[in-house]
Amino acid sequence: MQSLSNKSKVVSDKPMTFMERLYLPAVFGGMWITFKHLFKKHNTIKFPEKQRIFAPVYRGQHVLKRDEKGRENCTACGLCAVACPAEAITMTSAERKKGEEHLYREEKYASMYEINMLRCIFCGLCEEACPKEAIFLTDRLVPTEFERKDFIYGKDKLVESKENPIDISLRQHTGKRTEK
Amino acid sequence: MVKVTIDDKTIEVEAGTTILNAARQIGGEVVPPAMCYYSKLTGSGGKCRTCLVEVSQGSEKDPRPMPKLVASCSTQVMDGMVVKNKTSQRVKENRDGVVEFLLINHPLDCPICDQAGECHLQDLSFENGSQKTRFEEEKRTYEPIDIGDKIKLHMNRCILCYRCVHVANQLTNQRVHGILHRGEHAEISTYIEKAVDNDFSGNMIDVCPVGALTDKTFRFKSRVWFLKPMDASCECSKCSGKAVVWMFGNEIYRVTARKDQYGEVEDIDGKTAWICNECRYDKKDLKNWTIEGPRKINRHSVISTNHYTEGKVEPKKLNS
Repeated sequence: MQSLSNKSKVVSDKPMTFMERLYLPAVFGGMWITFKHLFKKHNTIKFPEKQRIFAPVYRGQHVLKRDEKGRENCTACGLCAVACPAEAITMTSAERKKGEEHLYREEKYASMYEINMLRCIFCGLCEEACPKEAIFLTDRLVPTEFERKDFIYGKDKLVESKENPIDISLRQHTGKRTEK
Repeated sequence: MVKVTIDDKTIEVEAGTTILNAARQIGGEVVPPAMCYYSKLTGSGGKCRTCLVEVSQGSEKDPRPMPKLVASCSTQVMDGMVVKNKTSQRVKENRDGVVEFLLINHPLDCPICDQAGECHLQDLSFENGSQKTRFEEEKRTYEPIDIGDKIKLHMNRCILCYRCVHVANQLTNQRVHGILHRGEHAEISTYIEKAVDNDFSGNMIDVCPVGALTDKTFRFKSRVWFLKPMDASCECSKCSGKAVVWMFGNEIYRVTARKDQYGEVEDIDGKTAWICNECRYDKKDLKNWTIEGPRKINRHSVISTNHYTEGKVEPKKLNS
């Protein structure tokens, strides 16, 4: 059959010529190509040591922010979960008790908050829906795991620690609608 | 019978009907919103001023327009009356102002409030008024208190519609709560921390247009749009036993009365289907209820997100 693209090589079983039977020209030809690549620019980087600069719109692993007094912003209103097209977010809420005012900003808080990172499509709609500026997508990568259950991130992985807060200012386009 | 025209739609209603009820008989866009009026409670209405409409012709005999906007929930129709609701710019501007006044002391804590998603004030402020606030002063604040062991009162959110007071007056034989003080200091309270424990007192949660009175057995349990409302009935000696159960999986999270499109408790067999406290608070087991089917929810409501109440839609065959 006639080839459509004319790119496929027609196979033949012609007997090899003397030069072909020597093999050496082809071997050196291959080694020359390998040698040339030593002086070419590398296409890959050594990942953990070197990191690429992300685009300002990059959406990576989520963070649940704390306010300036170190209290959790999230009040478990459920708007991120209802906005999530992949239905990756679940939560249960609880009432803040007396004496917990330094932990949670509002009188209701999320006692359980889970994002299934295998379901998440990193669209950023949760961040856009959040009325309390609690959830943000950051420029961090979600690490690989061996087990499926390890991809369900609870509050232990999502809430930033008081000591080293996660910087979200690197992402200039945080998805928040600008005031008109 | 008298003839009344509301937004260029004419209807014949019985003499003595209010403009709001005549508009509800027409239905659709012409119905003014109402925060305090509740057709099932006598004496309600006339407080919130959201239902104000323009009367451009008083009646057939006296065609002069009424000088001020009138409260449609408490003004009776006259023969040949012409009313403007959606078609009047004055009504629109006025309603925007009323919403702004209602929101002066109302906290913007919808992310916390259990009423969010089925709140009439939320709907009203979404449809009317600006998205911004001009109020810079401090809002009046109160600590949430328990009235009775099943009802939580958030006085911050109250818009003083008096519906709960009417419920207590008309459904129970002795009222232990009411409104104290005047003007901006007015607040709902009980008679010296007396518990509200009448059998039908829970209905004040259903009539509350905002989240001021909330069910403590459902407090912060879930959000209404995660639950699936189902029509259900049970054998009850005190009430009709017809209610809506709000389910999450196979669990009943809360029980409310069946509400119509205006947020009012429905009439079933000619009687208003108020439910008793036992049905509301104690029957949280699926064994107590006979599920009749999914409740029809307006498609534009947030409660209907991810719910499929219609039957399976068969794909159409092509070329047939």
